[in-house]
Amino acid sequence: MLQVEAIHSYYGESYVVQGISMVLKEGEILTLLGRNGAGKTTTLRSIVGLKPPRRGKIVFMGREITRMKPFEVARLGIAMVPEERRIFSSLTVEENLKIGIQKGRVGRWTLESVQKLFPILRERRHHRGNQLSGGEQQILAIARALMGNPKFLILDEPSEGLAPLIIKLIAETIKSLSTEGMTILLVEQNVEMTLQIAHRHYVLDQGKIIYSDTNEGLKNNREIRDRYLSV
Amino acid sequence: MTFDTTLIISQLFNGLVWGIVLGLLAMGLTIIFGMMGVINFAHGALYLVGAYSAYTSIMACTQWMGAATGSFWIALVAAPIAVGLIGMVVEFFLLRRMYEREIIYQFLLTFGLTLVIQELVTIIWGGMPRSFPTPDLLQGVVDLGFMLYPKYRLFVLILTPLIMLAVWLLLVKTRYGAIIRAGTEDRDMVNLLGINVRRVFTVVFSIGAAMAGLAGVLAGPIIGSIQPDLGNSVLLASFVVVVVGGLGSFTGAIAGAILVGLVKAVTSMLWAEASNAIVFALMAVVLVFMPQGLLGKR
Repeated sequence: MLQVEAIHSYYGESYVVQGISMVLKEGEILTLLGRNGAGKTTTLRSIVGLKPPRRGKIVFMGREITRMKPFEVARLGIAMVPEERRIFSSLTVEENLKIGIQKGRVGRWTLESVQKLFPILRERRHHRGNQLSGGEQQILAIARALMGNPKFLILDEPSEGLAPLIIKLIAETIKSLSTEGMTILLVEQNVEMTLQIAHRHYVLDQGKIIYSDTNEGLKNNREIRDRYLSV
Repeated sequence: MTFDTTLIISQLFNGLVWGIVLGLLAMGLTIIFGMMGVINFAHGALYLVGAYSAYTSIMACTQWMGAATGSFWIALVAAPIAVGLIGMVVEFFLLRRMYEREIIYQFLLTFGLTLVIQELVTIIWGGMPRSFPTPDLLQGVVDLGFMLYPKYRLFVLILTPLIMLAVWLLLVKTRYGAIIRAGTEDRDMVNLLGINVRRVFTVVFSIGAAMAGLAGVLAGPIIGSIQPDLGNSVLLASFVVVVVGGLGSFTGAIAGAILVGLVKAVTSMLWAEASNAIVFALMAVVLVFMPQGLLGKR
């Protein structure tokens, strides 16, 4: 579904992503793990067109998207839920959701179906973005991404700063989306959570992939977890 | 009612009419600033083009169709569209190149455009004042019971708020309006949702320009004669309005415009020579006590 071939990206003058390659299969949950500053978020920004790589190539469903603009990438069916959630604070919950609609992309997700998945979004539909709690904002950000009926969902630290109950809800949602065929790329600091839902993991350090394994493999590899993933 | 109170009331009405025309300009400025972060110094020039293109459209229609009947109404629609198209071209070919640069380039570009447009107007229409006719249908006065008031001004007083309401509804009630408002907050995120924000910018600038153009047409019959420096004082006044009302606030722009219009009307009655100075003094006072403007967000 997605092939990233040796991309190199810079953040200002600093060389953040130093030749990262990865492959995602349809319906799979893949994580990018690693400490702050390892290059995870920049990798995501390169995929969605916010930070095109200086070298390397990105192919999505057989089409090269390396130099596409973010809105073009989104129209192909790649949705990103960014780290800070980026809810439009002056818009209501319902307006936030409606902005996610893409005319060319209809499917399972509509205003009704996301409200059914997350009833809180119906209850709060007239509240403004800035009146929501962190957990509600995260749910809204995911729902807004679903409104465009993507094939591939990218989530950047969805569990950050949230209560265990909401983390559980989000983890279950990610899991069930993937069983329905959605491909998911997940960046997380919460390794425990990813071990419960992911299929495969990549561990990044200083802009390079230093380890990749199946979920079982990472579960059993204490050394990697202690060295690169402990807080 | 005595002669004096009638005079005062009609003068207040005049202030209201002028205020509301300024409000249309200020609303356009506010939309452009709010969405794009661009302070459009060419706004007065777009107003100027609105007035002159309406004038030409009226003259052309009069020539082709014989009588002047109906020509104003064609101009009322055609001139804002023409100015909107100019806005589209300006954004697409010029302004777009400045977003990534320092803000001073936007100032230089839009200010430079003002000079170019003003000069072009002088070349095309000449520097002498041209008299702008009042439409036949709206000549004369209406008896309001307590005073006689020019039909045309009353028409402006009714039509302009309706247009403002329509623009406001577009921004607040439609999905496209939500996209515009979302774009003022977070362009990248709007882009990530599959929306071409650059195109939205072009449309927004064009809407703002069309509103300036419309203000130019509506003002034509009120000021009676038009000349190429028409836009300058209006640009200054609408900046005062935006600052008084609160930068980036629609309701602020309208409230500020009405306040400025009324203050100007009253002072020109009491002490005409100082009316401009007093409007600026009003701005200074507002800024001292409410630095964010009357209805501006912090």
